[in-house]
Amino acid sequence: MSLNANALVDEAGSTDPIGDGPQVSTGRGRLVLKRFLRNRAATIGLVIVVLMFLSAFVGPDIDQWKYTDIDFENFQTPPSGAHWFGTTQTGQDMFALCMRGLQKSLIIGLVGGVLTTAFAALVGACAGYYGRWADRILSWFIDLFLVLPSFLMLSILSPWFRGKTWMILIPLLAAFAWMITARIVRAQAMSLKNREFVSAARFMGVPGWRIILRHILPNIASLLIIDAVLNVAATILGEVNLSFFGFGVQAPDVSLGTLIDTGQQDIGSYQWLLVFPMACLVVLLLAVNMIGDGLRDALDPNAQGAKSKVRRPKAERRDSTPVLTEPVTVEVD
Amino acid sequence: MSQSSESFPLQSQNGRAVSLNDTPALEVADLEISFPSEAGVVSAVRGVNYQLRRGEVLGIVGESGSGKSVTAMAVLGLLPETAQVTGSVRLGGRELLNLGDKEMSKIRGRELAMVFQDPLSALTPVFTIGSQIIEALQVHQDISKADARKRAVELLDLVGIPDPQRRVDNFPHEFSGGMRQRAMIAQAIANDPAVIIADEPTTALDVTIQAQILDVLKTAKDVTGAAIVMITHDLGVVAGFADRVMVMYAGRPVETGVVEDIYYEPRMPYTIGLLGSIPRLDDTERKALTPIDGNPPNLSALPVGCPFQARCPIVVDVCRQVEPVLERAGSDVHHSACHRAGELVTGSLPVDEVYPVPEIPEARAARIPRDQRPAVLEITNLHKHFPLTRGALAKRKVGEVRAVDGIDLEIRAGETVGLVGESGCGKTTTLMQLLELVSPEQGKIVVLGKDTANLHQNERRELRRDLQVVFQDPMASLDPRMPVGAILAEPLRSFGRKKAEVFARVTELLKLVGLEPEHANRFPAEFSGGQRQRIGIARALALEPKVVILDEPVSALDVSIQAGVLNLLEELKAKLDLSYLFVAHDLSVVRHTSDRVAVMYLGRIVEVGDVAQIFDAPSHPYTQALLSAIPVPDPRKERERARILLEGDLPSPTNIPSGCRFRNRCPKFQTLAEGDQARCIGEDPSLHGLDEPGHEAACHFAGALSVV
Ligand SMILES: Nc1ncnc2c1ncn2[C@@H]1O[C@H](COP(=O)(O)OP(=O)(O)OP(=O)(O)O)[C@@H](O)[C@H]1O
Ligand code: SF4
Ligand code: SF4
Ligand SMILES: [Mg+2]
Repeated sequence: MSLNANALVDEAGSTDPIGDGPQVSTGRGRLVLKRFLRNRAATIGLVIVVLMFLSAFVGPDIDQWKYTDIDFENFQTPPSGAHWFGTTQTGQDMFALCMRGLQKSLIIGLVGGVLTTAFAALVGACAGYYGRWADRILSWFIDLFLVLPSFLMLSILSPWFRGKTWMILIPLLAAFAWMITARIVRAQAMSLKNREFVSAARFMGVPGWRIILRHILPNIASLLIIDAVLNVAATILGEVNLSFFGFGVQAPDVSLGTLIDTGQQDIGSYQWLLVFPMACLVVLLLAVNMIGDGLRDALDPNAQGAKSKVRRPKAERRDSTPVLTEPVTVEVD
Repeated sequence: MSQSSESFPLQSQNGRAVSLNDTPALEVADLEISFPSEAGVVSAVRGVNYQLRRGEVLGIVGESGSGKSVTAMAVLGLLPETAQVTGSVRLGGRELLNLGDKEMSKIRGRELAMVFQDPLSALTPVFTIGSQIIEALQVHQDISKADARKRAVELLDLVGIPDPQRRVDNFPHEFSGGMRQRAMIAQAIANDPAVIIADEPTTALDVTIQAQILDVLKTAKDVTGAAIVMITHDLGVVAGFADRVMVMYAGRPVETGVVEDIYYEPRMPYTIGLLGSIPRLDDTERKALTPIDGNPPNLSALPVGCPFQARCPIVVDVCRQVEPVLERAGSDVHHSACHRAGELVTGSLPVDEVYPVPEIPEARAARIPRDQRPAVLEITNLHKHFPLTRGALAKRKVGEVRAVDGIDLEIRAGETVGLVGESGCGKTTTLMQLLELVSPEQGKIVVLGKDTANLHQNERRELRRDLQVVFQDPMASLDPRMPVGAILAEPLRSFGRKKAEVFARVTELLKLVGLEPEHANRFPAEFSGGQRQRIGIARALALEPKVVILDEPVSALDVSIQAGVLNLLEELKAKLDLSYLFVAHDLSVVRHTSDRVAVMYLGRIVEVGDVAQIFDAPSHPYTQALLSAIPVPDPRKERERARILLEGDLPSPTNIPSGCRFRNRCPKFQTLAEGDQARCIGEDPSLHGLDEPGHEAACHFAGALSVV
């Protein structure tokens, strides 16, 4: 026990009011959700992502231009009342293009980023936890993907994918981005496996897959969440490279990646071609980052931000007993 | 602060000579220490006074966080810069608190020496033991290198390092824990210090090694005539070693006096509670322990009045308003800080009625004679050897760690079997073999009538319900990321219980172990050590097991909290008809909890019997040594007890001696005639029955001896 009795609940079991009310939970989901929603930044991030989805899918209906329309009176004009984000060299409306691009990139980024990390986590955790032959096979698999030159593979595969749905690029992007994370997860799982709480679960008859999902992965959640957030960005930008190989988003269709790519070429004189798609991307990544931070804190019992705030009148405060689970803060709302 | 700063009498209670020189060797007056922190100012020490004369031993006891170590650090001038220290510390009349770092380091190691809990951190790993002692000598004395080396060898010899000529050139990692502690004592006494400060010097060590180290410290004191400040949480260690005792609570001395006063006439509820909460080796009848409820107060938000009020069973109104000061209680050297000390002195408030004694129901199974009860766990000739390999790529087997080397053990329904032995003797390995529920390398494990060798996957899972475990370190064994409710629900869910059922059971389990249902929403880190262990126990009981394996369930807890957990285990056993396998290194705890005891040494069981047989008539020389090494919290008894000191450390399980594996440390072996010795060397003794039924020992010359 340490000098800091602050974090302790008194031994006899106090009946002090805790912010969570008398509801007894036997699962983790509700508590994590509650802790997540308590985090203001995370909630804002979530709202931003929802708004972006809305504007990407509903926005084009409000705008008078479709992304394929060409305004022959406005070539390369800066933002105006008619064209909120300006127009391109060929007279396309930038707002319509951005929203169209956002539709693609939101799905590619969020699904792709999460998928990459989830796959890496699963492979790494299974290899690390089960060990022996499972580890040997999976490690071989990881190494194989690490040494395969991805560009070569993609060019070999590209004829096969040509003309198929653009969704195919999500698993393709994931397929070449998961290995390093998987290795890190494997090493972490190997050390977690020897921790007592994992043995405890094993001796209680909890099956291996459940131990991986309930103990191993939550305990490396911080790492996984950071990885997933980085992967969202990497996937959105990585998609540009794939369009070289003829799959992915093809002109005239656009994504944020392709918009940024073309916008870069005109950065000197026609800034709006880059600024608006870039801004969409930055806002999206910021929001995802906020959600990631919130999730990490919600899963981490030591995070201060996620704890409930005790509302307690001053008169009732008994400094004498260490019943407080945290420093008293009065909620202002 | 109006503290009584009166000093204690001159004569040493142990009857040792005390210098007549009038200035005390060490004098601490009105010492106050605080640390600024984010949660406010932490008042770590709030007024400590003591005087120590040469040759005297002062024991400072108290729970973790009570300010013991901070006091010592202040005396040594080793506190961090941020600490605010006021008061006075005088060494031989010279004020230390206003000295600079440079002057202090001249004094440290010469007049003021220290021995810490963890010798590895105090010895530099890259220098040999010898060079570190030589350095200590040369820094403070004008002495040639050759002379210093000669002196270093002498010192190592004095503290009982075998073959000091050779060992002087060893590095710290080549020494065992006990030997490092000796080396640190050698370094501490190198310059003939006036005061030695020992902070938990034996806490990290096994009891047999602890006994050796205490003996070395006594020798060191007799040779140098130094005064010793002995800081410990173990009341047994203090009883036999200290002349005077200071009990600290929340940064203050709450009771001071000569050792007899404190142990036989405690006058402060906290001291009374500490004494009542420790299981004792010399307890013949088993009574419930009296735990001190609650936790020490938060040092940055101390209550008004007595700091102990929240945990005190005899608290009165005035305690909540006025903080009691140390006042005379009984003899003129006995002081206690309690408003009700007067009543305790006159006896109008009897000391043994301060704490209510909890009722512990009697186990039902205990009424049926043992041999009519079915066996719930049978281990026959269990072995577990780890291969010792060398080489990074091609692993060559170069030897074998014989961690478990032929164990027989039987647990009958409704009984608690204590498995004791020093660290590294193979206790944990045995438990892991049991819990895996697979066929062992060699031998047989039968759990509730089922042989683990021929279990199917599903049967094994079913059997896990009946065999559960509570781990030593409650923090490590609870997933830090799971709320307690989910932790308790996990075993239930994995056996497919319905949601409503799980919910009801979790609530019930929390109540069963003395927690509140609301606690389900909190994470393990938000609980105290004792509460966490209760959660660990609740989880083990979730599936209504028949046998529970307890791996050192209380050794990570403070004494006052330990008692509550032990009582709980006892109560649950009776209520739920459980059988326990109780693994511990603390024999006092085992005496308190167990019906039968098995003593383990180097992968074997060397003696097994009923608790009375083992404690009153230990027959294997190892059991005798182990028992005699355990200090009893009773100063008079402790002084009369003769210790059987074992030589050396536990041998490595890679290199087990031929014949009797205990022979190179066996005190009896040395007294035997040559022919008998040959038998110990040549023939491996197996467990064989002694006079009383059920009592067995693995010694050719087993004979009872009373050592407690
Ligand atoms: N995986 C392993 N490989 C090699 N040696 C091991 C392994 N596990 C344990 N040992 C050795 O086996 C011996 C017995 O270890 P065990 O952990 O059972 O001791 P213990 O009695 O539980 O000690 P403690 O009281 O410190 O927990 C020790 O010498 C240890 O070093
Ligand atoms: S002063 Fe009061 S609260 Fe403190 S120990 Fe004495 S009786 Fe208990
Ligand atoms: S058999 Fe010999 S060496 Fe072993 S314990 Fe008995 S007397 Fe000692
Ligand atoms: Mg162990």
